[in-house]
Amino acid sequence: MPSSTYVAFVGAVFLLCSTLTGGQSEEPSQSQHHHIETNNTNALIVTVKWHHVETPYMVVLWILVAGLAKISVAQLNARLKSFFPESGLLILCGFVLGGIVWGADKAQTFKLTPRNFFYFLLPQIILDTGYFMPNKLFFSNLGAILVHAVVGTVWNAAAVGLSLWGCYIGGAMGDLQIGLLQFLLFGSLLAAVDPVAVIAVFEEVHVNEVLFIWVFGESLLNDGVTVVLYNVFDAFVSLGGPRINAAEIIKGIVSFFVVAFGGGLIGVIFAIIISLLTKYTGKVQIIEAGFIFVLGYLSYLTADMLSLSAILSVTFCGVCCQKYVNANMDEKSVTAVRYAMKVFANGSETMIFVFLGLSAIDSVIWVWNTGFILCTILFAVVYRFIGVFFLTGILNRYRLVPLETIDQVIMSYGGLRGAVAYGLATSLDETRIKEKNLMISTTLIMVYFTVVIQGLTLKPLVKWLKVKRVSSSDLKLIAKVNNRACEHVLAAMEDICGRIGDNWWTRGWKRFEDKYITWFLMKPEARKNRDYLFSIFHKLNLEDAVNYVTEGEKRGSLAFLRKGEGSSVDFEKKYGLEFSGVMPDITSELDFGIDNVPMTSIIRDSVPSVSLNIHEQDMKGMSEDINAHHLLQQNLYRSRKNHRHRYSRSDFTINQSENEVQEIFQRTMRSRLESFKSAKMGVTPAKKITKHPKKEPNQKMSDGKTDRSYHMDKDKGYPYGDEDFEFSEADSSYSGDGAAAGGSFPMRAPPYTVGAGGIDNPAFMPEMDTPPPPWTSEAETDSSVAPSQRAQRQLPWSPNNLRRLAPLRLSARSTDSFVMADIPLAPDSSEEASEETSRGDDTHM
Amino acid sequence: MPECKCCSKVYFKMVKCVLLEQLQHFVNQLTHSVASAHLVRLYDRYQALDKDNKGYLCPQDFGAIKELAMNPICDRIIGAFFTSGQEILDFPSFVRILAHFRPVDKNRPKEPNSPDPINSRSNKLKFAFQLYDQDKDGKISRHELLQVLRSMLEKQVTEEQLESIADRTIQEADLDRDDAISFEEFRKSLDKVNIDHKMSIRFLR
Repeated sequence: MPSSTYVAFVGAVFLLCSTLTGGQSEEPSQSQHHHIETNNTNALIVTVKWHHVETPYMVVLWILVAGLAKISVAQLNARLKSFFPESGLLILCGFVLGGIVWGADKAQTFKLTPRNFFYFLLPQIILDTGYFMPNKLFFSNLGAILVHAVVGTVWNAAAVGLSLWGCYIGGAMGDLQIGLLQFLLFGSLLAAVDPVAVIAVFEEVHVNEVLFIWVFGESLLNDGVTVVLYNVFDAFVSLGGPRINAAEIIKGIVSFFVVAFGGGLIGVIFAIIISLLTKYTGKVQIIEAGFIFVLGYLSYLTADMLSLSAILSVTFCGVCCQKYVNANMDEKSVTAVRYAMKVFANGSETMIFVFLGLSAIDSVIWVWNTGFILCTILFAVVYRFIGVFFLTGILNRYRLVPLETIDQVIMSYGGLRGAVAYGLATSLDETRIKEKNLMISTTLIMVYFTVVIQGLTLKPLVKWLKVKRVSSSDLKLIAKVNNRACEHVLAAMEDICGRIGDNWWTRGWKRFEDKYITWFLMKPEARKNRDYLFSIFHKLNLEDAVNYVTEGEKRGSLAFLRKGEGSSVDFEKKYGLEFSGVMPDITSELDFGIDNVPMTSIIRDSVPSVSLNIHEQDMKGMSEDINAHHLLQQNLYRSRKNHRHRYSRSDFTINQSENEVQEIFQRTMRSRLESFKSAKMGVTPAKKITKHPKKEPNQKMSDGKTDRSYHMDKDKGYPYGDEDFEFSEADSSYSGDGAAAGGSFPMRAPPYTVGAGGIDNPAFMPEMDTPPPPWTSEAETDSSVAPSQRAQRQLPWSPNNLRRLAPLRLSARSTDSFVMADIPLAPDSSEEASEETSRGDDTHM
Repeated sequence: MPECKCCSKVYFKMVKCVLLEQLQHFVNQLTHSVASAHLVRLYDRYQALDKDNKGYLCPQDFGAIKELAMNPICDRIIGAFFTSGQEILDFPSFVRILAHFRPVDKNRPKEPNSPDPINSRSNKLKFAFQLYDQDKDGKISRHELLQVLRSMLEKQVTEEQLESIADRTIQEADLDRDDAISFEEFRKSLDKVNIDHKMSIRFLR
């Protein structure tokens, strides 16, 4: 085992000091490694194939270590964090880890290699930024951003390169084997402001949005520019000075535009593909979120393959697809994409900073040249200031709202260099550039200087200069309405003046988009309800509803809402009432419940106490949903097709099979028979079913909920097909339910029903599967009208009568389909169950 | 006689339509609100809009602008140019309306005794307000708001939804609970909105 792996463990253990959380997960793996050594000689009961898993193991381990580093940084006290940027802290963490690795291996075995960086760490960050880009802000400032990204970057590269060369000629750096072209190459790789560093620092600062989008947009777009410049100069260097003629230079300039625009074009093409794909994923909602990532990555790789700007490609892919993707996809998938994107981006950002620190602890790359390093830092900072002020000065002449001087200072100061520069530096060709290591070390120092020192001072500077912060204005409908009106007014004024201005373009684009693009890229149903003002209205209402619920819950239950609805199901009250008329209301109520899964899951948190299902997570949020499912399944068979997918991994097929139809028939018949019998026979003594091993009359109630349902069951004594229940429940061994059966009659409350407080409704009873035929309902009303309580008490016994008639049912196929739905089972079995039930019913009827 | 070249150009063009003694006054007044270079442009546009060379503009001239006719609230905007029921718009009034949309210039020295410039925040808001307030009673009623919303929102939004949006909008702004938005309430509710941004056109600077 290489000692470096051990080092990784040491690193993790070191982090243990500051984090308690990750510690446990680390222990087992360590002991496992002890295993390796001790077990080697013995019989091969346990073989450890370290080499089989080495690479993925190390990758995962490093991800873990980086994660732990992030946790430990996050755990630091607030005072330190208030002035120290997190990215800087992560770099420091990387120093320490690097020191440990170095101490163990005597060489730096782990480095941020350009390949890993550009192919596995960078894409998701860029995709994330593109996907979450505030589109309107971005496009309305695109001109300024492009000027800064293109002109500013070229200026920086050229100025830094030339000045360094001048200093070299002037003798400030001693004897180096660097020519003018190499200096320009170095200048170009240092020119780019790094999006990763900028996001990390500026997100903590909260400057106003125009400033943010300028810095941020510039940092994104100029990456493409830098890579292009880098490639051009790299080609020049390999050509050699004397062979560069005008044609080559022109070629370089042309390639610059081809690479940049080509990259953007590839991104747009992939954005269209993503949008089109999500238009047709209605049937496979589970995986539609994955398309975003796969195709986003593919756009990166494709652009890279065609030697176009991959960063620009993936940026534009994210920017362009977001709107259509969000409209096309299911709401849950949108959330999934959002979270997954953040997880990936944050993870790799952490990795990048840790490895930036870690890479520094290596004696090989360090070549110190004070003059060179100092000059580089000085020029990079100074020319950044000059470039920003000059360009902004020009842009301000044409801007409606000029960028203020203070903002310009922050923008210049926020020119952080980062991992892209380092990645480019390490991918320099050593055979052609003799001083590669000097360049790497200078780049590293530049990165540390900007991220740590400038990042550290940026926040106080922003405060001190009183830079306009982002104003947290609450969303107001009237403001939005007025904005819409203003847009129209401005466009009208431009028409009246007969000039083509910004608003003309905006409006023209909107019309074009509405007419063609949304038609092409959006689902028909997504095209509706797309009005912006209406969505704002909807969002506000949702917020209010959530507030209302949290507010209301402080004071007590919100059950009165149900009462207020009147017609809808008031389960508590319905017990005593005649229930033949509630059907339609129940269904409508439940539709409501389904639509608002996220809301209801906030309100109530009733989860099955035991769940073995792999979709448990899914179930938790949907307890309400399951109730709905349950109820609907009992009553409205069509609902089944909508809900089956929760139990299936892949898809949900519409199962209007014969079985189901037959089942409906059987069930209807049975319920009719039962209610008929109950009406005719009246009270029948309770018949204990003692088959069940767990059914002990006086079993302790395990929790209050069960208790409650128990009592309720006792009160009303509704045996919903209890003869069917027993077997299955015994199998799944719900002890709490056994308790519920402790009464005089074998009632079982399925565990999920209890908390939901509505499921004990009579509507669930098989008797109510269909509206009772006239003759039964007559009988029922006969008994229930006057002494409704008694009438209901009478009903329960009926199934036992039935059972007497058909004793076989007890032992044979046990499961009622809705029982299966309750006890989370694998998808197939629930289907099987329903089939079986119908078959089982066949035998009896 | 105006001293700068641009102004004199305007001057000579305007001789056609405005009485001489008024002219001096207008040009002086206008150069405060719109830069003279723009005045020439606007005057050209004014004449282009005035197809029959009648010396003034009427609502039909505006309606003839193709793009403007597609604007969902175009009748309101045209109406804003023709105050107090007149059917005639001369050049100075035309410029005065457009002057609402000049960006605020912070560098311009403020004259102490001059009234609120026409492109000030409250004047811009007033302009927006009167677009809603069609019956000029100083209040945006629910009905008026509903009309604006109906024309601005897309077809898919149902009438009930429109009504609830209107209700909510009024609720947000309505401070005195009279189910209508007065100008003061309108101004307050848009306190945080950057009106200078939202109601300025760059080329009028």
